[in-house]
Amino acid sequence: MKLHPMIAALRRHKAGVVLIALQIALTLAIVCNAVFIIGQRIERVNRPTGLVEDNLMLVSQGWVGAPSGDQPGDVEKLDSLLQADLAALRAMPDVESVVPINSLPLLNSSWTGSVALKPGSDLRAGNARSVYYFGDEHLLKTLGLKLVAGRGFTAADVQNRGFRDSGTPAVIIVTKALADKLYPKGDALGKAIYLDGGSSPSTIIGEVERLQAPATGSWVNGFLWNATIEPFRLNANFSRYAIRTRPGRLQAVMHAVPNVLYGVSRMRVLDDDSVKSFAQIRQEAYRSDVGMAVLMGVVCLILLGVTAAGIVGLTSFWVGQRHRQIGVRRALGARKIDILHYFQMENLLISGAGAVIGLGLAIGLNMLLMKRFEMDRLPVLYVLAGIVAVMALGQGAVFAPARRASNVPPVVATRSV
Amino acid sequence: MLVYYLDLAVRSLKRNRVLTMLMVLALALGIGASITTLTVLRLLSGDPLPQKSARLFYPQLDPSPKNSAIDSNGRLPRTMGYVDAMNLLHAHRATRQAVMALTQAKIMPPQAHAHPFFSDGVMTTADFFAMFDAGFQYGSGWSATDDEGGAQVVVIASFLNDKLFDGADSVGRMVRLNDHDFRVVGVLKPWAPQPRFYTLGLGGDHYGDGDAVFLPLKAARALKMGPQDTECYQAVDDFTHLESAPCEWLGLWVELDDSSAVAGYRRFLDGYVKEQVALGRFQRTDSSLLDLMGWLRDQHVVPDDVRLQVYLAFGFLLICVVNTVGLLLAKCLRRSQEIGVRRALGATRREIFVQFMVEASIIGLAGGVLGLALAELGLFGIRHQPAQYAHLAHLDPAMFAFTFVVALVASLIAGLLPAWRACLLAPAPQLKAM
Repeated sequence: MKLHPMIAALRRHKAGVVLIALQIALTLAIVCNAVFIIGQRIERVNRPTGLVEDNLMLVSQGWVGAPSGDQPGDVEKLDSLLQADLAALRAMPDVESVVPINSLPLLNSSWTGSVALKPGSDLRAGNARSVYYFGDEHLLKTLGLKLVAGRGFTAADVQNRGFRDSGTPAVIIVTKALADKLYPKGDALGKAIYLDGGSSPSTIIGEVERLQAPATGSWVNGFLWNATIEPFRLNANFSRYAIRTRPGRLQAVMHAVPNVLYGVSRMRVLDDDSVKSFAQIRQEAYRSDVGMAVLMGVVCLILLGVTAAGIVGLTSFWVGQRHRQIGVRRALGARKIDILHYFQMENLLISGAGAVIGLGLAIGLNMLLMKRFEMDRLPVLYVLAGIVAVMALGQGAVFAPARRASNVPPVVATRSV
Repeated sequence: MLVYYLDLAVRSLKRNRVLTMLMVLALALGIGASITTLTVLRLLSGDPLPQKSARLFYPQLDPSPKNSAIDSNGRLPRTMGYVDAMNLLHAHRATRQAVMALTQAKIMPPQAHAHPFFSDGVMTTADFFAMFDAGFQYGSGWSATDDEGGAQVVVIASFLNDKLFDGADSVGRMVRLNDHDFRVVGVLKPWAPQPRFYTLGLGGDHYGDGDAVFLPLKAARALKMGPQDTECYQAVDDFTHLESAPCEWLGLWVELDDSSAVAGYRRFLDGYVKEQVALGRFQRTDSSLLDLMGWLRDQHVVPDDVRLQVYLAFGFLLICVVNTVGLLLAKCLRRSQEIGVRRALGATRREIFVQFMVEASIIGLAGGVLGLALAELGLFGIRHQPAQYAHLAHLDPAMFAFTFVVALVASLIAGLLPAWRACLLAPAPQLKAM
C-alpha cells in the first residue's frame, strides 16, 4: 500500500488529525508517568523490612503513677514493672517470644544518630547515620531477623537503662548494609565503632541481613537500611513489646493481651490502638502510597477509555464522510480488506506521529516532576511500553469504524455522484 | 434569538445521543477530578490565621559546630535550644513572643471508672494565646509571672473540657496530668488552626483537632515532661537536663506589627548571632526570620502527593477538552449541509458562530453539573480516608462557583475551533452537493 495518497488525504483533515495526534501524545505523556509512579509505589510498598512479619504484633502502653525516672532508684522500679509485664506476656500459652523494644520498622517513631570509626564528634569520612533499636536477648528471635555473621545477644550482654540516660553498650549488632558502609572490605565483625560521637567503643558482635528503619518519610532515605541494635531494656514510664505468637494464634493473643497486662497492674494506659498486628502497622504506614497507586491506576484507565472513544468518534465521522469514495474504490476493484487496511494504516500513521510527540512530552513532564517532586528519571522501557500501548489502543479503537467502512458496498459509487 | 439557538442545540445534541453523552461524561470526569484535587490542595495550603499570619514570624538560628557529626544538608535547624530561645524571649524585642514544645500528656479523668488516656499537650509561655488569637470560653491564660514562678496551671481545649467536665465552667478545678495536679485557669473556644502551623518542626501532626492542654513551659519541665522531638548536635550525656544540653527542641514565634519592626527584629537577630559567635557559643552566623506562610512553604506542609494529584487532574482535564474539541468538530462538519442551508437563507457568519458556541456551552454546563456531582463523590471518598485532614474536605461556595467557570471555559475553548470552522464554510458548494 502506498502512503502517498493517504498522506494527501490526511492533509484535507488537518484539524481532526492534529487533534487525535495531540490527544494520543498527551495520553502517552500522562499514562507513562502515572504508570511509572504506580511502579515506584508498588516497589516501595513491597520492599521487605527484614522481619518475619507473620504472627508478629506490637503492644504500646504507658504506666500511670510510675516513677518519673530521674530520682535515684526510679530506673530500677521501672525495670521491675517492665520485667513483670515481660514475665506475664512470656507465660501466655500461645506466645513464642517477647522482646521489649523502642520501635519497629514502619512504625514512624525513630531514634537516630551517627556511628563513626573514631571517637569524637567531628564530621569526617567513615561516619554513617544510623537508626537505633533497643532490645534484649530475644530480639532476633522475636522479630525473625536473619543473622549472617557473628552471634546474637546473650542474657549477659543485656543491661537496663533509663530512657533519658545515655550509655554506650559494650557490644552491638548492626545490619549488613551499615557494616559494609563502615567496613567496605566486609571485615566489620569484631571491630569497635563509636556511637553519636562518644568516646567509648562498642564492638560489633553480629550482623543481620536486613532491618529497615522505623521511618517511612523521605528524610530517612539516605540511611534506611543502616540499623544498630543495642542490648538495652529501656526504662521509661511507657513501654513497647513486640510479640511473636504461635502460627495462627495471632488474633487470640491480640485479644488476650490487654487482660493479661491489666492482670499485672490496672494502673496503665492501654488505648484502642495499643495492640497492633504487624500487618496493621504495615497497612497504616503505606496507606497513602497504596491510595495514590490506585488513584493513578483508575485515572490511567479512564484516560485510555476517553482517548479510545475520541478515536472511534472521529474515525466514524471520517468513514461517514468518505462513504462515496469508499464505494468508488470498491467499484474500481479494491477488496474489503484493502479498505480495512487503509483505515488501520491511516490510524497507525496518526498515532505514530502522536507517539513521537508524546515521547517528547512524557520526558518533558518527567523532568518537570523531577524538578518539583522527589521523582526519579523515567526509564526508557516505560516510554517504549507506553508507545506500544497507545498504538495498540489506536488500532483497537479504529477497528470497528474501519470494518464498517469495509462493508460499504461498491454500488454506493453509482448513486448520485 | 438565543432561545432559537438553544432549541437548535438541543435538537442537534439529541440527534447523536451517544456522542453527546460521551462528551459530557469526559468533561464531567475531568472537571470532577480537577475540582476534587483542587479543593484538597486549597484546604491544605490555606492560611491558618488569615487575620494575623502576615504579622507572625518564626526566627531560626544555628548553634551547631561547623563539623557537626549530624549533617543538616545546609538547612537551618527547625527548632532552638533552651538558652537561645529564652534569651530571645526575654529580650522582648517583638510585640509578643512565645516559645513552645509539644509533649504527650497522660490525663487521668476525674470520673471514677474512666480509663486514663493520652492527649497532645503544648508547653509554652504566656503570650501564646493572645499572639495566636486563641479565644477563651472561660477564664484566661496565665501571666508572665506564672511562667517565671513555675505555677502548675493549665489551659484546656473546649473538647477536653467537654470530656472531663461536661462543658461546664471548670476554671479553678484540678486536672490530673502525668500524675500531677494542674489548676485550670482557662478553657479555650474551639480552636484548631489548619494547618497546625505552630507545631511544624516540633514533631506533631500537621492537621487535626488541635491540642488538648496548654501548660507553662517551666512548670511542665519541672515535672519532667519531655518534648515530642529533640535534635542534638553533639554527644549528650544527660537527656534529663535538656535546658543545658546541646539539643534543639523549642520553637519561638514572634509578633511584629509592621515592616520596620520586622527589619528591626532581623537586625536584632543578626546582632544576637554575631554576639554569640564572638562569645564562642556559635560557629555559624546564619539566621532566618520567615513569616507564617513562608514557614509553611519552607516546611512543605502540603504533601507532595496532593500537588501531584492536582497536576494529574488538570492533565486529565486537558485531554478531555482536546477530546471534546475533536468530537465537536466531527459533529459540526457533518452538518455542513445544514449550515449551507442556513447561510443561504440569510444567517450571517456571526449567527452560525454563536449557534455553535451555544451548543458547546450546553455541553459545558451539563458537564459542570455532572462534574460537581463527581467532585462531591470524590470529596465524600476523601472524607472516608484516614488522612489527618480528611474531615475538612468540603466543597465551599467559591469552589462551587469555580466549578461552573471551569466547565464553561473548558467547553467554550473546546467549541471555538468547531464553531470557527462552521462559520467559515462557504454555502454554495454545500448546497450543490445536496
